[in-house]
Amino acid sequence: MKAIVLYLHVHQPYRIKPYTIFDTAVDHEYFDAEYEDRTSNEKILHKVAAKSYIPTNKKLIELLKAHPEFKVSISITGTVIEQLEKWSPEALQSFVDLCATGQVEIVAETYHHSLAFFYSRAEFEMQVDMHRRKVQEVFGQTPQVFRNTELSYNNDLAYWADKAGYKGILTEGWDKVLGWRSPNYVYRPQYTNNIRLLMKNYKLSDDIAFRFGNQAWNEWPLTAGKFTHWLNSEPDATNFNLFMDYETFGEHQWSESGIFEFLEQLPAQWLKTEGNTFMTVSEVIDSYDPVGQVDVPETITWADTERDLSAWLGNPMQTEAIHALYGVQEQIIATNDYTLIEDWRRLQTSDHFYYMCTKWFTDGDIHAYFSPYETPYEAFTNFMNAYRDLEFRLIEKGVTL
Amino acid sequence: MLGWELPPHNSGGLGVACYHLCKALAKNDVDIEFILPYKAAHSHDFMTVTAAHPQGVIEIQKAGNAYDSFKYVYESGKEEWLDVYGQQQVYEHSIGRVIKGKTYDVIHAHDWLTFRAALRAKELLGVPLILHVHSIESDRAGGNSGNPLVHEIEKTALLLADRVIAVSELTKQAIIKDYGVPAENIDVVHNSIDTTGFEIDDASNAYHYLTAMKKQGYKVVCNIGRFTIQKNLPNLLYAARDVIARQPKTIFLLVGGGDQYYQLLTLAASLGIARNVVFVGFQRGKQWRDAFRIADLFVMPSVSEPFGLTPLEAIGYGTPALISKQSGVAEIMNNCLKVDFWDVEDMADKIAAVVTHDSLRDELHRNAHIEFSKLTWDHASDKMMHIYHHHRQKDMAVV
Repeated sequence: MKAIVLYLHVHQPYRIKPYTIFDTAVDHEYFDAEYEDRTSNEKILHKVAAKSYIPTNKKLIELLKAHPEFKVSISITGTVIEQLEKWSPEALQSFVDLCATGQVEIVAETYHHSLAFFYSRAEFEMQVDMHRRKVQEVFGQTPQVFRNTELSYNNDLAYWADKAGYKGILTEGWDKVLGWRSPNYVYRPQYTNNIRLLMKNYKLSDDIAFRFGNQAWNEWPLTAGKFTHWLNSEPDATNFNLFMDYETFGEHQWSESGIFEFLEQLPAQWLKTEGNTFMTVSEVIDSYDPVGQVDVPETITWADTERDLSAWLGNPMQTEAIHALYGVQEQIIATNDYTLIEDWRRLQTSDHFYYMCTKWFTDGDIHAYFSPYETPYEAFTNFMNAYRDLEFRLIEKGVTL
Repeated sequence: MLGWELPPHNSGGLGVACYHLCKALAKNDVDIEFILPYKAAHSHDFMTVTAAHPQGVIEIQKAGNAYDSFKYVYESGKEEWLDVYGQQQVYEHSIGRVIKGKTYDVIHAHDWLTFRAALRAKELLGVPLILHVHSIESDRAGGNSGNPLVHEIEKTALLLADRVIAVSELTKQAIIKDYGVPAENIDVVHNSIDTTGFEIDDASNAYHYLTAMKKQGYKVVCNIGRFTIQKNLPNLLYAARDVIARQPKTIFLLVGGGDQYYQLLTLAASLGIARNVVFVGFQRGKQWRDAFRIADLFVMPSVSEPFGLTPLEAIGYGTPALISKQSGVAEIMNNCLKVDFWDVEDMADKIAAVVTHDSLRDELHRNAHIEFSKLTWDHASDKMMHIYHHHRQKDMAVV
């Protein structure tokens, strides 16, 4: 049996509105931009729901009903579930309906899509727990397989997930880690016994997620027939891990690119060949024994050519901002003020640090850089002003900094 | 009088200095026609303000960046793209039309942008030419030689002038050094400040966050100005690191914008002091004024500051100042802390001393304010009157 493991990641952050030092200590709402502003979370959510979530879920439900073998795994952050509850109950219901098919598995992660694992184990565990409870409440499932923000991963994380009782964990199938080995198998993380490791086949995943609509690509246009032909030509694989952002469908790749037609045809094309199937992340772990151990002493992610955390923590602005934020953890938690703690957690979302990335901020590349802010410097200034307001709120409560 | 800007359309201290100098001169019955490169509504009753040509304020302000060009529409409807260099050429070509048929006793022109026009006016009118230097190219270029075209205009004009006015001894020496103008041709007329209007009856401060932090024992060190090489803000940040290491409850407030903005933001983060450095961007009005008011110390660390008005404004608003010895204002103020712009260690020591000892802060300001209160533009205008009289031909009328 050969299985496609299609895993989609759903996430929206709470973007910070234009927030100056004159707002600090005056306005404690950081995320409520005017609807017409580029940082309006409500507006962006409406757009993504209409372009991606609603039509994709509609298509996926049709496919799941038409092909009982078709399976999908999804991770969906707490911050996007909340936004769907507020601004697009229709889209949220479509995710609930998706899960109700019994062919969809939800993957565990941090509620706030944060990098807390690298800064505070206690906070990280709290956010994973918050996410688990939210998924149980909304989808009636208890996640069995873990993914950390941006598929960031190292041996420590695997060790933690193993001890926490997860049966599997996801990361990037990065060449520097795998060496000559193929990502198309189940592995076991070094220094663990029970947990299994699934690694993204970035070549095949990115053919869909990044290259699909690129007319300059020599494989354009990509059809489901051509794609499954590539998979069928791999003689020894057991599982093709196609991991990507959910927003690939309809948002990163627009409907006009033909991405929905591709999705529609993929199950039928793949299932035409005998022995081909789909599996969720848990199913593939249950079905195959690990073929080897993978040692990842240094953190990898699914981003950029570096496949490290440099898109989030690569420049001094990013590290200053995140150090400041985790620097007040103890005082924030001690307040027991839910609103304050929640604002602090929303500021932990990795996207804020991504917006401060200067790697691509050169004259030629500025338009390739996806951010609601004009410059990474503006993102940093906004963030620090909001952070200072958190400090102010602590002081108001009599906390000494 | 030929000038590039007047309040409220000024980009910096040049317009303010011209305004107050003219106002003080008018008290001596000098009849001034002030010729600007743009048309705007002015309510100055002590002089006549004339636009050299019909463009609006926006065009001239946009052209301020030498690397950008902006569309300029001539009176005839002809359009042309101009940078700041082109702007000063247009100004020169317009001047003949503006002064045609009028008589003047003296031409008094401020800074290089007006110098070619001033030379042309001298040629047409045949009256004495006084060039007033508020800054020269090496000041603006942070001690480097700067733009060679500007350098050439300054050199030619200053050598041809009948009299050169420098806003400080520092500037006089720089003119001698850079352009070889004989010392005896240069007079120093220090700028001053209009000391009225500093008493603010407003208990609230726009910087609520800083107000709250000060109640927690934090001190605020402030700089207001353009973020350019001339202003030496990287050294202030290096000093800030040392100060914060000794006095963690110190916040540096940087008000302004400019080509070093991103560099400074990144530098503050690299030094690990981003939490203690607040960048505010360019401000006017209450937000500008309140930055002076909230501070415990104002720092002007400029590499070179021909005069430097902001420390005086700080003192007026109740805050003592630390200034670089390479500034003109250092020549007229005793009760300011003074450092060499390159001496980061000394800068850090002095800032740390002020933020540690309220007594030092208060005594420094008390004495500085006594000096400040005695400042008046009348001294500058008296000196100018002497110079005018020296060159006077007939009735006093200055263009």
